[in-house]
Amino acid sequence: MNYFTNDLTKIHAQLVNKELTSYDLTKQTITALKETDKKVDAFLTLNEEKALEMAKAIDEKGIDPANLLAGIPVAVKDNIMTKDLRTTAASKILENFVPVYDATVMEHIYAHDMVPIGKTNMDEFAMGGSTENSAFKTTKNPWNLTKVPGGSSGGSAAAVSAGIVPIAFGSDTGGSIRQPASFTGIVGMKPTYGRVSRWGLIAFGSSLDEIGPMTRSVKDNATVLAAIAGFDEHDGTTVNKKVPDFTANIAKGVKGLKIGLPKEYLGEGVQPEVKAAILAAADKFRELGATVEEVSLPHSKYGVAAYYIISSSEASSNLQRFDGIRYGVRATDVKNLNDVYVRSRTEGFGPEVKRRIMLGMYSLSAGYYDAYFKKAAQVRTLMKQDFANVFADYDLIMGPVAPTTAYGIGEDVSDPLTMYAGDVLSVPVNMAGLPGLSLPAGFAAGLPIGMQLIGKAFDEQTIYQAGYAFEQATDFHKETPTLGGNN
Amino acid sequence: MAISKEQVTHVADLARLSFTDEELGQFTDQLSQITDMFNELQEVDTKGVEPMTHVVDLVNVLREDVPAAANPQEREALLKNAPDAEDGYIKVPAILDNEGDDGE
Amino acid sequence: MNFETTIGLEVHVELKTKSKMFSPSANEFGDTPNMNTNVIDWGYPGVLPKVNKGAVDFGMRAALALNATIAQDNHFDRKNYFYPDNPKAYQVTQFEQPIGHDGWVEVHLSNGTTKKIGIEELHLEEDAGKNTHTGQYSYVDLNRQGTPLIEIVSKPDMTTPEEAYEYMETLRQVIQFTGVSDVKMEEGSLRVDANISLRPIGQKEYGVKTELKNINSFTYLRKGLEYEEKRQAQILLSGGQIRQETRGFNENTGETVLQRIKEGSDDYRYFPEPDIPPLQISDKWIDEVRASIPEMPHERRKRYINDFGLTENDAQVLTSTLEMANFFEDTVKQDADAKLVSNWLQGEVSAYMNAQKLDLQETKLTPENLATMINLITDGTISSRIAKKVFKETITNGTEPKQWVEDKGMVQLSDPAKLLPMITEVLDNNSQSIDDFKNGKDRAIGFLVGQIMKQTHGQANPKVVNQLLISELKKH
Repeated sequence: MNYFTNDLTKIHAQLVNKELTSYDLTKQTITALKETDKKVDAFLTLNEEKALEMAKAIDEKGIDPANLLAGIPVAVKDNIMTKDLRTTAASKILENFVPVYDATVMEHIYAHDMVPIGKTNMDEFAMGGSTENSAFKTTKNPWNLTKVPGGSSGGSAAAVSAGIVPIAFGSDTGGSIRQPASFTGIVGMKPTYGRVSRWGLIAFGSSLDEIGPMTRSVKDNATVLAAIAGFDEHDGTTVNKKVPDFTANIAKGVKGLKIGLPKEYLGEGVQPEVKAAILAAADKFRELGATVEEVSLPHSKYGVAAYYIISSSEASSNLQRFDGIRYGVRATDVKNLNDVYVRSRTEGFGPEVKRRIMLGMYSLSAGYYDAYFKKAAQVRTLMKQDFANVFADYDLIMGPVAPTTAYGIGEDVSDPLTMYAGDVLSVPVNMAGLPGLSLPAGFAAGLPIGMQLIGKAFDEQTIYQAGYAFEQATDFHKETPTLGGNN
Repeated sequence: MAISKEQVTHVADLARLSFTDEELGQFTDQLSQITDMFNELQEVDTKGVEPMTHVVDLVNVLREDVPAAANPQEREALLKNAPDAEDGYIKVPAILDNEGDDGE
Repeated sequence: MNFETTIGLEVHVELKTKSKMFSPSANEFGDTPNMNTNVIDWGYPGVLPKVNKGAVDFGMRAALALNATIAQDNHFDRKNYFYPDNPKAYQVTQFEQPIGHDGWVEVHLSNGTTKKIGIEELHLEEDAGKNTHTGQYSYVDLNRQGTPLIEIVSKPDMTTPEEAYEYMETLRQVIQFTGVSDVKMEEGSLRVDANISLRPIGQKEYGVKTELKNINSFTYLRKGLEYEEKRQAQILLSGGQIRQETRGFNENTGETVLQRIKEGSDDYRYFPEPDIPPLQISDKWIDEVRASIPEMPHERRKRYINDFGLTENDAQVLTSTLEMANFFEDTVKQDADAKLVSNWLQGEVSAYMNAQKLDLQETKLTPENLATMINLITDGTISSRIAKKVFKETITNGTEPKQWVEDKGMVQLSDPAKLLPMITEVLDNNSQSIDDFKNGKDRAIGFLVGQIMKQTHGQANPKVVNQLLISELKKH
């Protein structure tokens, strides 16, 4: 199956018409995966046998003509718990960990007859923006194999970008769906906080984490989000709101929409080609009948500092449970209990995870709480207020997802500050709990540029509507990667 | 406000992590740089601003007091995942006095 | 130099909800290890807590019964520390804004005075699992992990070990009457840690305190505090300094022993729990919980005195435990005489419980049986002497008293129709006694009664026999 030219609607038609079975589709997909992944290294664990069994069962049951997702192979980020299927969060401490329960998102995936074919690579515990922090492998950017795919959902992004699967699931704490989507030229949605259940998502920053879909097209993305969204009894932070049909108004166009373009999002540090692409996109929206005006989110520049304090603090607490006692890897040849703790954690975590744990512990420790954690939480209030001020007058906010296109493998990994600074445009959305979409908006030196559309809380619909209009009016999404290594 | 090696060691102890001298030096430099960046927040006037710890305005998300039946299969699976278990217990090297901070 | 003692107590009470604080596992232990656990209790990756409304209700009920103010906006925090019985390596508790604050209890002291002891705050939290240690290994059972707790922190209002003891007695009594906990120290559903410090009389600042932990009974608490008072005074008098430390109580020697020296303050990295939205408690919710609070000990005492004519002391003893008070009321409801029920409960029943080391509900006595027995006494069916035999049988074997008394032929003979022929016969055979009676010799009656008792093997009702005899004698 060529996922570059076939969207969900087209594949679905073939499945319904019985030109194709889910079994054959799954089989083809896995065969192609094995070939393509030799270059891309997007997957950590395959679910071959079970996936084929499931596909067969779906065929036997019959493809539901009303369900676009029935029988479709999907990839799942490796921080989403899959019962009886190894889940590592790309960490040595969970190297052989097999969950005993499924994430709520997995239950939605099964309920919609999607077929998970494997678990994708990521930055360890979702900490990072390049997938280089995986303990197991380095995923390559399909557009240029010497470049990073972004992260932390780099495996999921690369899998969709390389045409291995039409749908992958990622998680986004500070840009981990949108930034890799931007780097690999696909569509990635970070839904409103509380829209999708976090039950079974290995927690990083509990007040920031959200699961979302990564696809090749805006419409497919909207279809998938509707399938996984909704209130969950297991997650006390999900909101009990009806999930709308996100595709219902998708073709309504942008006429009359008011879009804000924050001046802070095109400032210093933003690559000129990225800036140009976003300004061109603004013109495109105007051409399509929307109003685009400069707005201000004055606390944006504090976003990275506040984000790293809050996310690392929460992470330092969330990751304490990886202690070698109840599951995961326990260090061998330990002399006493303290050894179990210190050696299991020291040997089990990679350098970036340790750095975040240290930062978080420090920010929460006696004497520093007020200056760091509490201060960051106050700045967070101001950041949310910034957005509320703009959304009083505008329907959407647009900007780049990341200041640059994908960088070279090994380029930034040794310098955490540079790495963290790259999150400046994506973290505010998580800090305010808003939905944000990344979609293709241009190229620079053969590498994709992503545009970010930010909406009001629980208004993913307007984002999809504008994203779809832009996608239909441009050709960026039609480009396909070469899987080459041109420098 | 630079972080000292001693502070880093203290935080590493809290985190149950150990570092070689070289790593410790590197971490001290990096954490100092990062916290310098954190310190930029001090320029923001946050007087009277409520800290935000939940991004959605939910309150009283409660569960009725209804117990679930014990699930022996799940118990087996959980014990099987434990690095060391015996007779239905999770097994760890003996807890010595002054080890860990008993929370109560 | 004379010192003044300052004592503050931290009390943990397990709430007897059906399910755990943040997970639906059954709130039961003593079961097969790790049987009542799930992925939440094990702190699995990706799990999330969900607050048990029943636990919030119970916590509020305890807080209100202890005269505390409910903080209408409160939330949960994480307390971070590594320990094998603490699966997430953080305990979900309340730190910044607990559910209740500024409560008090009134305690009765042996010198006849009463004292109000303040409660600083009450917070909801989850219990840890249990570690068992044998040799080189420790074994972790998570059945207790997640049991709802209410922690009650007193103000440093107590100045003697006796006050601490009485505070615990009162606290236990009040909580027990609310019905939210069994409050049994021996089962761990009630636990106490004590802080104690000494300062020279007149000094404003508190002295350095030590903490007494792992105390197994109220008596040991008092003894430990008494020992600690003396130990600290000795150190201070000899010019030494108190070290901030945790100490345990050795039951055999009656001394406190060093457990851990506290260096600086613990660093638990508290922060608001991001997985649990805050609680916002409405006036209506508070009113509902308040209405659900059962009658408290002091209210019951008032009723016992007014309605049943009991003394203050009787009422005190009967309300010392919920079981006793309920047993008393249930027995009286079966139309038994309240004063007699009170006497029996405080006398024979308590003596039996003490001798056998049993709780009231562990004996075979039921309110129905006790009432039946007491009514057998009041209606003259059995004598007090026989009653003691009946009581022993009933409380030991649960035997129904009325049937047993009949089966064993222990019923008093009170029917005049049956007694009269015997009396006539005895009078016929003892004309000398009739003469003696007529000559004013009262002891003749005693002799005649004795004859009847002998003939009936002690079963004749002496009162009735007496009456019948006198009226028969007068006919002669």
